[in-house]
Amino acid sequence: MATNRSRGSRLAQLPSWVLGLAGIALFLLVWEAVPRLGLANPEYLPPASEVLQIFVRNLGLTSFWVAVGHTMTGWALGLAIASTAAVVLGLVIGSSRFLRQATHSTIEFLRPIPSVALIPLAVLLFGVSLRSTLLLVVYAAFWQVLIQVLYGVTDVDVVASNTARSYGLGRWARMRHVVWPTTLPYLMTGLRLGAAVALILAVTSELVIGVPGLGHEIALAQSGGAATAMYALVLATGMIGVVINIGMRFVERRVLSWHPSVRGEVRP
Amino acid sequence: MNALKRIGYLLGLPAILVVVWHLLTVNSDSFFVVDPVTLAQTFVDTWVGERFWNDVAPSLVRLAVGLVLAISLGIGLGLLIGSVRWLRGLTEPVLEFLRAIPPPVLVPILMVLVGINNQMKVLVIVSGAIWPVLLNTVEGVRSVDEVLIDTGRVYRITGWLRVTRLVLPAAAPQMMAGIRQALSIGLILMVISEMFASSSGLGFTIVQFQRSFAVPEMWSGVVVLGLIGLALAFIFQFVERRVLRWYHGLREVDHAG
Repeated sequence: MATNRSRGSRLAQLPSWVLGLAGIALFLLVWEAVPRLGLANPEYLPPASEVLQIFVRNLGLTSFWVAVGHTMTGWALGLAIASTAAVVLGLVIGSSRFLRQATHSTIEFLRPIPSVALIPLAVLLFGVSLRSTLLLVVYAAFWQVLIQVLYGVTDVDVVASNTARSYGLGRWARMRHVVWPTTLPYLMTGLRLGAAVALILAVTSELVIGVPGLGHEIALAQSGGAATAMYALVLATGMIGVVINIGMRFVERRVLSWHPSVRGEVRP
Repeated sequence: MNALKRIGYLLGLPAILVVVWHLLTVNSDSFFVVDPVTLAQTFVDTWVGERFWNDVAPSLVRLAVGLVLAISLGIGLGLLIGSVRWLRGLTEPVLEFLRAIPPPVLVPILMVLVGINNQMKVLVIVSGAIWPVLLNTVEGVRSVDEVLIDTGRVYRITGWLRVTRLVLPAAAPQMMAGIRQALSIGLILMVISEMFASSSGLGFTIVQFQRSFAVPEMWSGVVVLGLIGLALAFIFQFVERRVLRWYHGLREVDHAG
């Protein structure tokens, strides 16, 4: 037991990036070994080295980047539309007690509807086009952002709001200097969640409806029996997901650099 | 009076929306929209009876099994990874990557690996819904109050007792947030796995309606999915209130103070 613990603590003293790299190496090793040892059929689960080869080769192909471009266009446009609408509506609804109470039941009813339920509608209305993707992405991301903005607006400190009022700040000035800074951290959380959901729905619409993009390429590779190519593309979507997550966190830190939650983390 | 006001707030806007919807659609000859009365009728005709047992019930069972597996696996692994520091360092980048993969792309992979059957659909749900639970549990366990841990150690609260009385409650708020995300991802994956590769189930049926241009039936399917989403949200809220009663109480005291 004692030796066990000391080994554990020695391992824990390694810098986290060393451990992380070791973890990735271990993961790839297992992935390489399972098909090579015949634990899984290599036709269905190709070894990591082959998949990585295709993945790297893809990076040099125009068609791959075109697919990435399609996916990212749907993601970015959808997220932009959804968050603009959600911020405007959220600020309007959130600032009025009456509107908040009157819309509560409708929002709680519409929010849990999974946006994949809209797939058949999107196909009927827009067919295989970017607009189908946008319908799904916007619906999914909208609620994530709206809910957070609503939380944020209601979180405004009563004393701050009253102080601003007694100093004669008008409606817009209060919105700008009191409500907006309070809402911003919530909005950033909403955007981060919305960005992840938007990617899921963008890929889904490509996979299921057949809108051009990475999801469609994956479906094609799968139906063509090209397992290695399929895994390489899945790896690419995962990379995009990681980049989006890191990017959103970076933006969050930048935008909220003045906020105590971020400043507190930076301080040792 | 107060009760009346509350009912007004609860039903006012939905009632207005339904009336507007009715007025807009009742005389319209658009192919894609249905008026609420037709939709309600189609809903009853389509889903009450045999189809419920043939298509909806199996989907719901797969969803339930998948979610229960994902949540219990996620919490179990999360407790393990969260409490062992070197294990956390080792697995963190890999887990972050696996989480970042949009879960729907796992459908074609599992189709190839497992084949098209019930296990594959359950596995799709598990493999997508486990990440928010797992990572939030790890995060929750990691951020347990140091003082609480030291106090527990001083009183020699160890082993199972430590997990159930100290770590689990402390991590519960984070875990519940993860479970909430898992529920909606699970529902999405249930539908996609059936739309993409299936000959039965809710997702398949809805796509079938759409392909045969049975528009009112298709809309009624959308309503079924909405109702399932709503039911999940209700169940979650009920359970969360039970599990986190102490936590919400604590927060209210904080806010009042």
